[in-house]
Order: sequence, then C-alpha cells, then structure tokens
Amino acid sequence: MAFADGRSHLSKVTLEQWFGVLLLAGLGVLVVDLVRRVVIGDLRFGTLSLFLWRGLVDGLIIALAAVGLSMTYAILKFANFSQGDLVTTGAFTGWTAAYVVGGIGVAEFGSTILLNADRGTSARELDMHLFGAPLAIIIGLIVAAVATILVALAIDRVVYRRMRNAGGIPLLIASIGVALALRYVIVFFYGEQTRGVTRSSPTVDHELFFWTDSLNVHQSSLVVIGVALMIALHLLLQYTKLGKAMRAMADNRDLALITGIPTERVILMTWIIGAGLTGVAGYLIVLETETLSFNTGWFLLLLIFSAVILGGIGSIYGAIAGGLIIGLATNVSLVWIPGDLTEVAAFTLMIMILIFRPSGIFGGVETA
Amino acid sequence: MTRDTPFEPDGGDGPGAFLLNADARPRWLDDVVIIGKATLVVYGLFIGLGLAAGLDFNGIVSTLQQVTLLATSFALVALALNLHWGYTGLFNIGIAGFMAVGAYTMALVTAAPDATFPGLGLPLWIGVLAGLAAAALVGFVVALPALRLRADYFAIVTLAFAEVIRLVYNSSALQEFDLLGVELGTGGGQGMSFPNLRNTVSRRLMYVDGDPTAGPSLVGRPFLAIGDALELSPSVVEGWVYTAVLVVLVAFVFVVITWIGNSPFGRVLKAIREDELAARSLGKNTDRVKIKVFMLGCAFMGLAGMVWQGRRGYVDPNLFLPIITFYIFIALIIGGSGSNTGSVVGALLFAGLLFEGPPFVQRIVDATFDLPRPPTVYDGVIALGDLDPMPLLGYAVGELPNLRFVLFGVVLIALMIYRPDGILGHRNEPASPLDLTKERPPRERDPASPEGGESDE
Repeated sequence: MAFADGRSHLSKVTLEQWFGVLLLAGLGVLVVDLVRRVVIGDLRFGTLSLFLWRGLVDGLIIALAAVGLSMTYAILKFANFSQGDLVTTGAFTGWTAAYVVGGIGVAEFGSTILLNADRGTSARELDMHLFGAPLAIIIGLIVAAVATILVALAIDRVVYRRMRNAGGIPLLIASIGVALALRYVIVFFYGEQTRGVTRSSPTVDHELFFWTDSLNVHQSSLVVIGVALMIALHLLLQYTKLGKAMRAMADNRDLALITGIPTERVILMTWIIGAGLTGVAGYLIVLETETLSFNTGWFLLLLIFSAVILGGIGSIYGAIAGGLIIGLATNVSLVWIPGDLTEVAAFTLMIMILIFRPSGIFGGVETA
Repeated sequence: MTRDTPFEPDGGDGPGAFLLNADARPRWLDDVVIIGKATLVVYGLFIGLGLAAGLDFNGIVSTLQQVTLLATSFALVALALNLHWGYTGLFNIGIAGFMAVGAYTMALVTAAPDATFPGLGLPLWIGVLAGLAAAALVGFVVALPALRLRADYFAIVTLAFAEVIRLVYNSSALQEFDLLGVELGTGGGQGMSFPNLRNTVSRRLMYVDGDPTAGPSLVGRPFLAIGDALELSPSVVEGWVYTAVLVVLVAFVFVVITWIGNSPFGRVLKAIREDELAARSLGKNTDRVKIKVFMLGCAFMGLAGMVWQGRRGYVDPNLFLPIITFYIFIALIIGGSGSNTGSVVGALLFAGLLFEGPPFVQRIVDATFDLPRPPTVYDGVIALGDLDPMPLLGYAVGELPNLRFVLFGVVLIALMIYRPDGILGHRNEPASPLDLTKERPPRERDPASPEGGESDE
C-alpha cells in the first residue's frame, strides 16, 4: 500500500501512461505475431480474412445497438440496462412480422404470430431467406424498428419520464427492472425455447474480392444496411437542427432548456432514433445467426456496453469505433485462444483500455 | 411496514446511540424485533400456503426450511453488498463473480484427487479459508482498476469482471489442467463435484465424529430431540441444522458489519459515500479504504457463494449467472440500501414473497382447480373471443415461474419511482459520529413526525 500512499498527482499520470505504453506494446506484439503466423503459414490468409470479415459483421451489429445506447446515455445520463432486451424486442417483433407476411397462405396464423412457438411451422416451409421471401424480410425490418420505438417510448412514458432528475444510479437500477420485465414478457408470449428463424444465407459467386469467391448475401446486406444507417445518422447529427440540439443537451441540459431547446422533444427524438437503430440491430442479428432466443439481446448487452465504454460514453462515433473494435477483438482473438474465451478477450480489452484512459478512447467528448 | 410503524421513532439514531435510544431500548433489540416480525409474516404466509396445498406437517417444515435457507443466503450476500453500496457507495454488480470464485476455490481445494475433475483433496475448513482468501484477492485485483472510475463505469466493469470469471470457469480450457504438476479440473460447462458441504457440515455438527451411527453430539441432541418429537424425517432435520448454521453466519456477518460501520474506519466509508472529495481533503486515504472494504465485502460474497450455491457438493457456471446479482440488488433495495436490518428483512421478503411464493401458488392452483393448459398464449386469446377466460388464465398460471421475473422487474421499478429508500432505508447509517437530532430542543424533535426518521438527507 505504500505505493498508494506516496502517489502524487504527477506520478499517477505517468503510471497511467506507463500502463498505456505497456498495453500498446502488448497489442503491437500481437500484431507482429499475427503477421509472423501468416508469413510462416501457421495461419492461412483465408482464415484470417474470414475472422476479419466476421469481426466487421459482428462489429456493425454491436455498433448499431451501441449507438442507440450511447445516445440515450448522452441525453438522459444513465446506463440503460434494458438496451439488450430492446434488441430482443426488435428481433422478435420484426421476425414475427416477417413470418406473418411470409406465412400468408402457407402457414397457420396462430403459429406465425408467435414466431413458431408451437413448432407448427418452419423456416424451410416459409423459405425464409433473402431471396426466398424478400418482401417479408423487408417488412420485418421496418416493423422491427417501429415496434422497438413504440416499446421504448412506452417504457419512457411509464418509467423514465417520472425519474428525469433522479440521477444516474436510480435510473440504472430502474432500467434493470425494465430489462427483467421486458425479457420475461417476451417469454410469456414466445416461450423459452431457442428457435431457428431463418434458413442459411444464399451465396453469390463472384470474382470481385480476393479472399473468398462466394459472398454471403445475409452478411453482406447486413453490412450495407449498417453502414448506410450510420452515414444517415452522421448526416442527421451534423447537418440538422436536431443534431445540434442533441449535442447541446448532451453538454448541458439546463443551459439547453434556457436557450429554448424543447428538451422533452429532443428526448423523444433520441428514443426514436436510438430505439430504431437498436431494433434494426436485433433484427439483423437473427439474419446472421439464424437463431433467436429470449436471451439473445441480454447476452449481447455487455458487449454493447463494452463498445460504448471503449468509445467513451456519449460519443456516437466512439460507439461505432468501439463496436468495430469489440467485434474484431471477439473474432481475431480466435487466432490465439479457444472459441469459448473470445468474450473474455473483449471484456479484458475493455477493462485494460479503461485503466489506460478512464473515460474511454474518445472520452470526454459527450457530444452526440 | 411503513414509516409510521412503531419502530419509526429511533430511525434517526446515529451510531452514537447505537446501544441505547430515547426509550432506553437497545437498538439491536429493535433490529431483532423487526427481523422477527418479517420472519413471522413470511412463515405465516408459507404455513397458510402449505396448508392450502395440502402438505403434511413434515412438508410444511421442509418448505419453511427451504425458504429460510434461501432467505439467509440472500441476506448474507445482501449484507456484503450493503457494505459495498450502502456504506461506501461502491455500486458493485459483479456479485455473482465473487461468489463463483469462493465456491470454485473451495471445490478445487476439497475435491478428491481421483475424481473425474480432480482437486487437492484437502479438508473442508481449508477449502473455506482458501475460498475466502481467493474471493478477497480477486476483489483486490478488480478494485485496482475499477475504483478510479465513475460510478456507472465502475458498475459495468464489475459486471464485466464477473462475466469474465464465469466464462473462464465455463471454458473447456480449464476443464482439466496442470498447476505446478498438480492435476486440477473445473469441469468446464459440466461443473465439478466435491464433498457435499451441506451433509458434511450438518452431520459433523449433529453426530459424534460426523458418523450417524455413533450417536448424537451435544449440538445435535436438541435438534434430534425436536425432530423425534415432531416426527420429522432425518433429512429435514439435517436441512434445518445446516440452515441454523447459515442463520448463525448471517448473525455473525451482521455483527461484524455493524461493528465496522460504527468504527472510525466505518465513518470513513460513510464519508466516502457522502462526498469522497471532502473525505480525501481531510487527509483520509480513500483509495486504500475503498480497496480494503471492497476486499472484505468480496470475501463475504465468496463465503455466501460457498455456503449457498456450493452447498450441494456440486458447482457449475450456470449457478453464477448475472441474474443472481440482481436478485441480491432487489432484496437490498426492498429492505433499503444502507441499513443492515433492511438487508436481512429485504432478503426475507424477497425470498419468501417474490421468489418462492409464485411457484407455490402455481402448485396450489394446480392441485385445487382443473384449469386447461393451452400450449401457447394464442389459444388462450382465441378462447377469450368465445368469452372463456379459463384457457388464458391457465396459461398464465403455467407461466407463473417466468412471470415472477416480470414481477421482480415491476417491483424494482416501482421501488425506484415511489420508494427509493426501501422499507428501512431511512435507518441509513449516517456519516456523522454524533446524533445530530439530539442537539435540537425536545419539542422540535417530535419522534412521530415524518422528519424524525430522516437522518440521511
């Protein structure tokens, strides 16, 4: 403990920087090792590119949900633990819509409305993939966003609005309650089983990219949708009055109120944008993993938080970067460690970066 | 139990009045009375439910034992959490991880060397000590990076650490491994077995040398006599002996934490909770104090992990999911964060009313009514169209074990909105060593007024 005693302000900073140097050196060693493995042929280049591609796909999903989380974090000033279950809400409502639309004339309504809770229909029967039922899947995507927004707004109305000035920790605890209630309301309707929802993705053969000659359509459309949404969000936040109002509110709510910004309306828009992105993320996860359970979003929650914290809470671009880092970390770490420890790698990375920079990589930039 | 109950008047007493309050009734006696009342409420409810379910006497006693075991386990962890959060303001949501460290360390130390997943084969008490030490040590490792973060970052980092711990135990890499030439194994996702803690402890206490054929020991004699007189089965008596051990543990931890809270060290803790900067500027080394208290709380959590989730002589990673942490939080928030008595009462009410209650109600409804049990909610809603609510009701009853999680959530939300202090949160230990209420003239200090209980804010 003597070290804690004698630590002055100045030496603390050097300690942090020293740890940062160590962290960067460690990451550097890993990169060098990666190159070495590829060069001597331990690791085939095809495998590495597959890891990178999957990292990008996972990272974009996490980033979408993380942006939603980061926005509510910046505007409402609390860590929303029900974010994971909003992801699940988006997945269930969206795919239910897809099943209902895709099942018209093919499957019974009683089975499709509960997303096959009675095992009466199947993805095979509905031909549920992007080329088999494109209309159903697009409708599902829209419903996922809209339904998640409605659920989030209802929760805000019932719970969070009453606690606007309650402070971060009480709101956090309330959001844990919301998460529990939401998750088990979903169980009440849809049951506990993990279900296969989509068929495996069709592939397109091509000569464009050198690492693979067949492109996974589901993953590719996921990447396209994810990137498009993020660009749209960037434009919205940079070039509209709403974006400016959001940034003002993230910076100082009272000052924003005084300058005439309608704070409740900004909060409403925050929920709409954040929950919409979250619902889309939940819907797209199923497109990639092909299965869905009531725990899907909850298991993802900590990864989403890791992404937000890595980027620095409140920073939208930080959340995107954090999501990609977490996605890449969980996949590229497979080079060194077994598959059941990849999340451990991601969480450890988050914790170590927090030691280096206690407020995230882009920390302190609480601007939406 | 609202604010205007008879034990309200002493709510504002600070540690200075720890032994005697205005009515010259010791505060600890008040605490015992409150806990006793809560126990009576929960027991009365379960005796009623048990009778309604048609259980025999043995069954009711066994049910009460299960409820008490669960309540004491929750109380043990809730007390530890109260030390972290209620006293010091450290928002630790990694409880399940520290419990896992305690339980797994005990398992690894005590499991037989020739078992499927081998351990060291050492005696139980070494296992318990090792578990305590390991949980405290992991607490130290977590505390170092986490304590310098903002409260919400701290929460997420502790949760991440708990998940890291659980995933590591879940990993097949540790299923069997060599440590300095000694073969060990956690069994990965399958879990690992070790000598049954519950049976070992209760038999060691009840019989001479722990051997049921050698006759009862001094401690076991009254238990066995009561068991014989009430014609209880031996397993129920053994269960009660183990539960009694847990009750003693809770009492011990309660006394230790109360004692810490009233020591100069405890006042630093409360000062950190109120205003860390002020405590630091008064020359207190808050970092060191926080690390110490975090380690101590983690050791208690490790103890709870051992005696609760490790009692069956089997542990697997699914016993330490993050939901366990939230159970404890709900229990503590019901009781009121900051109050040790509240921690115990909250644990009792949570375990009895919210956790064990709904499945019991389901059993009673199943036994008494012949409700239809449709496979999905859709069939229930369709039947509602024919003005027949029974299928939907039957489906809801069938889903009661899941619906209680909705209830947990709703209770948590309602508490945070309407009563963030919990039932006994107004007994929050104040940071001041003096009883500030005593300085006022008697006529201003009306004990019945609502302000009388507000010592915290």
